[in-house]
Amino acid sequence: MDRRKSLKAIAIGTFGTAALLDACKSEADKKVAANSSLAAGFTLDRQPEELVQYDKVISTTFFTPQELATITVLGDIIIPKDDVSGSASEAKVPAFIEFIVKDMPEHQTPMRGGLMWIDRHAFKKNGKNFKDCSKEQQIAIVDEIAYPNKAAKEVAQGVAFFSLMRNLTATGFYTSQIGVADVGYKGNQPNQWNGVPDEVMKQYGVAYTEKENKECVKYSEE
Amino acid sequence: MPDFSIKKTTKEYDVVIVGSGAGGGMAAYMLANQGLKVCLLEAGADYDPAKNITQMKNPWDSPRRGASTKFRPFGDFDASYWGWEIEGEPYTKAEGTQWDWWRSRMVGGRTNHWGRISLRFGPKDFKRKSIDGLGDDWPIGYEDVKPFYDRIDKMIGVFGTNEGLPNDPDGFFLPPPKPRLHEVFIKNAAGKVGVPVIPSRLSILTQKINDDRGQCFYCAQCNRGCTVYGDFSSSSVLVKPAVKTGNVDMITGAMAREVLTNSEGLATGISYVNKRDLLEYEVKGRVVILAASACESSRLLLNSKSARHPNGLANNSNVVGKYLHDSTGAAMGGILPELFDRKRYNEDGVGGMHVYSPWWGDNKKLDFPRGYHIEYWGGMGQPAYGFGWGIEGLNGKYPVNGTQKEAGGYGASLKQDYRYFYGAGVGMAGRGEAIPVATNYCEIDPSVVDKYGIPVLKFNVKWSDHEVKQAKHMKETFKEIMHSMGAVITWGGNDGPENSYGLESPGKIIHEAGTVRMGNDAKSSALNKHNQAHDCKNLFVVDGGAFVSQADKNITWTILALSMRASEYLMDEMKKRNI
Repeated sequence: MDRRKSLKAIAIGTFGTAALLDACKSEADKKVAANSSLAAGFTLDRQPEELVQYDKVISTTFFTPQELATITVLGDIIIPKDDVSGSASEAKVPAFIEFIVKDMPEHQTPMRGGLMWIDRHAFKKNGKNFKDCSKEQQIAIVDEIAYPNKAAKEVAQGVAFFSLMRNLTATGFYTSQIGVADVGYKGNQPNQWNGVPDEVMKQYGVAYTEKENKECVKYSEE
Repeated sequence: MPDFSIKKTTKEYDVVIVGSGAGGGMAAYMLANQGLKVCLLEAGADYDPAKNITQMKNPWDSPRRGASTKFRPFGDFDASYWGWEIEGEPYTKAEGTQWDWWRSRMVGGRTNHWGRISLRFGPKDFKRKSIDGLGDDWPIGYEDVKPFYDRIDKMIGVFGTNEGLPNDPDGFFLPPPKPRLHEVFIKNAAGKVGVPVIPSRLSILTQKINDDRGQCFYCAQCNRGCTVYGDFSSSSVLVKPAVKTGNVDMITGAMAREVLTNSEGLATGISYVNKRDLLEYEVKGRVVILAASACESSRLLLNSKSARHPNGLANNSNVVGKYLHDSTGAAMGGILPELFDRKRYNEDGVGGMHVYSPWWGDNKKLDFPRGYHIEYWGGMGQPAYGFGWGIEGLNGKYPVNGTQKEAGGYGASLKQDYRYFYGAGVGMAGRGEAIPVATNYCEIDPSVVDKYGIPVLKFNVKWSDHEVKQAKHMKETFKEIMHSMGAVITWGGNDGPENSYGLESPGKIIHEAGTVRMGNDAKSSALNKHNQAHDCKNLFVVDGGAFVSQADKNITWTILALSMRASEYLMDEMKKRNI
């Protein structure tokens, strides 16, 4: 049995059990907190094991600066600034992708290999890495791989990479503050649910039944 | 290396309870409120939803945007610690069999995870063998449990409606919330194909019931735990008030090893490992109550061998670990083109569905026994990891704002697509009743221990044709409802015999039950009808282990009712000095 921590034996009942155990817990927590560079930055409740894992994940860097620059260019082609909201890089999507491939290692090879594929492809066409191509050259390459149903078979690997890149970019963007506002999610606010707004029910030609109106909870509008 | 020694408590408790979930929390609440001195052992960490907060957070508060981890398999915001796999606490499976074992390691157990679906069993659910000849009847009937369901409805709070259905009994309900838009569509569509849809029955406070708990504020996040205790979890509604009586010493991080017994074969307490110092402790009590989950409680019993109980405690019948069963489950999802480009408003609602379908079928006309209920979801939820995934499957198929596009794409046009399709998702899942059989069981693995040196469980469970046919029926029904609604099925629509019609592997629905079942015959059951061990009168099991069968109803409400009932029986027996 592992006896690393030769904590002094605690006789339960001699002292207040709960207080003693709490003391142990906070000691363990303190140890974790001291080791955890970003533990204090969490607004979410985290267990000690989670903080240890988090520190492990962020203690390494996966993408090279060159790779991250390519991800940034691609991300902003996929989600550019428009009339409604900002771009992927404004929403810090590249940093999200750096984190998530470390948290979900299954994305690492498809991403790294895909970035190699697109650079190789760009070099063959234009004699330059993708990120160093002109905007027109970059868009021409993206047009080859952005449409799975009409893309040439020869670039199928590029299509697979671009689809993954589009998925990660969209997920990173629409779960950011900018993206949530863009898509118009109105929830996560305390409220009193009184049913679907009347004008929406009318728009779809539906109505609550008499039974529903009678038996469902009603809150006074404030 | 220090010598192996055992730390014994000097305090002798009236009752030692293992597990703080629905069963253990209710027992602690009942007993402590009557002045009994209780020691409540919990293998996991302390947890209070008002302090350990993941509710009302934004997706960017999680670096993985709510994606799951091994620590939180249902997502980074989920309240439940641990789940399918726990480091250092393995379990094994017999070759060619399946069982996924969910373990919430925390105060309140898996009541911190569940969907608050609070269904009473009906009269037929206690007497299934008399109806279809399969499995066994319970030694009790609906009339025995009804008074406790009534009290729990009032004490904990549950919304719903009295519909006068024969096997989905009426109760004491708070008013339900009105259906969301997709739920209105589901109700109309299901009605057309003969599937009833009624207000769901969830233990969420649509109205305040006492000063200890607040009213629901409709954030749809019950799974994250509620800071105002507006929903039921054992941690906030049972354990917290139980501890407040001053009669409960709760010890967290206490991994129970075995039930201790004396030379007469009576239980004397629990031996456990303190996870913080890895030392052995013993806590003594006049009565021991197990509520560690159906499988964990049977593991404890099977690991508690003695001269008087050579086959494990409470196991003269040899049924401990047997009749293990879970709900059946299958699901389907899609999109409702009618909801493309929809108007935005806050439709979070409560944490879960506002409507559901209780079982409506007539088994005489069907090729499988028992039934299932249907749960629904959809609409404009909070974006999380996975949002926007696979847009190429949508934006080439449906015109966006009147323009037919090529699938995939990028740029400002793509951003329009995400906005256009947001909130149009809809889906449904069946949760049905499996037939408990002796050949589905867990046992002690003869050669594997966990990191505390405690022998682990080995599972041996297979679905039968009954459950597969049920899943087939679910899929046919879901298709009818989806088509009737004008929805397009995007997943779960192509299952067939090759994958058992999408039937989830056993354990996946997290309704484990049956392993320490009750009965009148001590030869074929471990417990009597009061959850008391036939072979050891001061030992009770009050989790899902006691269940003879589990109906097509989520089992929490019945665990609570039976634990309340067993607690009162126990106190009565103690007063009579029978225990």
